[in-house]
Order: sequence, then structure tokens, then C-alpha cells
Amino acid sequence: MGVSLNFFLGLSAILFSVGLVGVLLRRSPLTILLSLEIMLNSVNLTLVAFSREVGGSDGQVFALIVMGIAAAEVVVGLGLVVAMTRREMVLDTDELRTLNG
Amino acid sequence: MGIVVFFLAAAAAIATAVAVVAQRNPFVSALALLGNLVSLAVLMLLLEAQFVAIAQIIVYAGAVMVMFLFVIAYVGPRGEVGPGERKPWQVWLAILAGTLIAIEVIVVTYGATFEDWAEIDGNYGSPAAIGQELVTNYLLAFEVVSVILFMGAVAGVIFGTGGRPRRLSNDEVLAKETESAELRRREASRAVLDATRESMGEGS
Repeated sequence: MGVSLNFFLGLSAILFSVGLVGVLLRRSPLTILLSLEIMLNSVNLTLVAFSREVGGSDGQVFALIVMGIAAAEVVVGLGLVVAMTRREMVLDTDELRTLNG
Repeated sequence: MGIVVFFLAAAAAIATAVAVVAQRNPFVSALALLGNLVSLAVLMLLLEAQFVAIAQIIVYAGAVMVMFLFVIAYVGPRGEVGPGERKPWQVWLAILAGTLIAIEVIVVTYGATFEDWAEIDGNYGSPAAIGQELVTNYLLAFEVVSVILFMGAVAGVIFGTGGRPRRLSNDEVLAKETESAELRRREASRAVLDATRESMGEGS
């Protein structure tokens, strides 16, 4: 394989920061959840790349477990979005400031 | 060959990630994330992690994204809050923070020298190898994930169906009471009207 590990890590860093910018910049909770998925997936790529580098399966098991946790997190986040819609609240994170200090 | 596939998939991954963040419509964002997941699965295949790549497609692109699209369709146009509604300094600060983190990680990893890729046999990354690890060395983590998924399912049901209805504010309560009083008054007068009409009909 002609690609070195550094390329995978660089790509992962770029994807992670794109997701970070999305979380910081967007106000719709749906898009924030989608950006979070990008961040989680870039970390998964890092785990799989390092796993390939050392030749063990541990990183891949870690990536699978991250996938499971991400699925649970998405269920809770989307449940909150549905609950907000049912109570006719505005889907805008800047409007949700009941707990704002 | 590997390097061509890598750069194609990397370009696709970055382009779709930027599309997810920049798109106004959450439906288009979700479809772009689908492309991102598929290109990451290609990269994982390049790293010979077959099982993780297929699980990525089945679990993420299949199950999670269908759930996302369902909720986006349920919420409808209310889910749209465009990226242009932040103040300009917030936009620049967010982009600066993201660029700094990317540059930091790239500088650190560029300077590092890694050993060559390890020698692997044909069994590497196969479902059998991963499953063996999951039920022997990582059994506790496996079980904990199942408990967390169960808790997530319960939380989703409670958030999505139950919960107390929204509490009304004082003004709304007042408005509702006057409305029902008005209705009751109107009904009563209509009953009186009907009764008089009836009695008049009988009289004539």
C-alpha cells in the first residue's frame, strides 16, 4: 500500500475540524447531531488506521463500540428533537436558554 | 493504485463533510453525510478492516441515517436554521478554531515517523477475528454497550411519546377560560332562543 499512516491521520484531523466547525456554527439541533456524527467517524478512521499499523484487532473493536454508543446518542438526540417538535418549541439552540447562566 | 483510491475517497469525504455543515436544508445535509459514511467505508476497506467497513454501511448508512431522515421528515421545514444567522465574528472564530485544531494535529503527526504497516494474514479484519476479540478480551465493553443501547431505546420512547404536556402560561389559561365562558354563554342563549322559538311555534 503506497499510502502512509500520516495521510490517514491528516484526513481524520481535517474531518474532525469540519465537524467541530459545524457544531459551533449551526443552530439547528438536527445539523448539530449530523456534525457530531462526522467527528465520531473521523475518530473511527483514526482507530482503524492505527489498528492496521500495529496489526491487531483492538482498534477495530474500539471502532465498533464507538459505533454502538453513537447510535444510542443519536436515539436520545432525535428523541429530544421529536419532543421539542411535539411541544411546538422552536428548533433553535439559541432559543433554548432556560438553563443559561 | 492504493494512493489513487485514497485521494479520491479523501476528497469525497472532505467535500461531503463540508456540504453537511454548509447546507441549509437538513435533508440535503443528511444525504451528504450518507456520502461521507460511504467514502469512509472505502477508506476502511483500504485499511483491510472489512468487517468494520461493512458494519459502518449497515449500521450507520442503513439504520442510523434512516432514523435521521425519518425525524427530518417528521419535523419538516421547522428544522431549517441557516448558517447565515450567526454573527460574522462568531463564524470567523469558529472557522479559526477548527483550522487551528486541524493544523495542530497535522503538524504533530507530520513530524512523527511511524513504522511501516504491519504484516498481516488473510484473517485480519474478518468477522471471525473481530467476533473472537469481542467475546473474549472485550466481553465487558460488549455487554456495557448492550446496556447503553437499551437505555437509549427506553429514553427514545419516553422522549418521543410520553412526558408531561406543555404547561400553559397565565395569559393562555386566562384566554382559554374566557373562551370557554364565551362558548357557554353563547350555548345558553342559543338554548333560550330555541326554547322560545319552540313555544312560539306551539302557540301559533
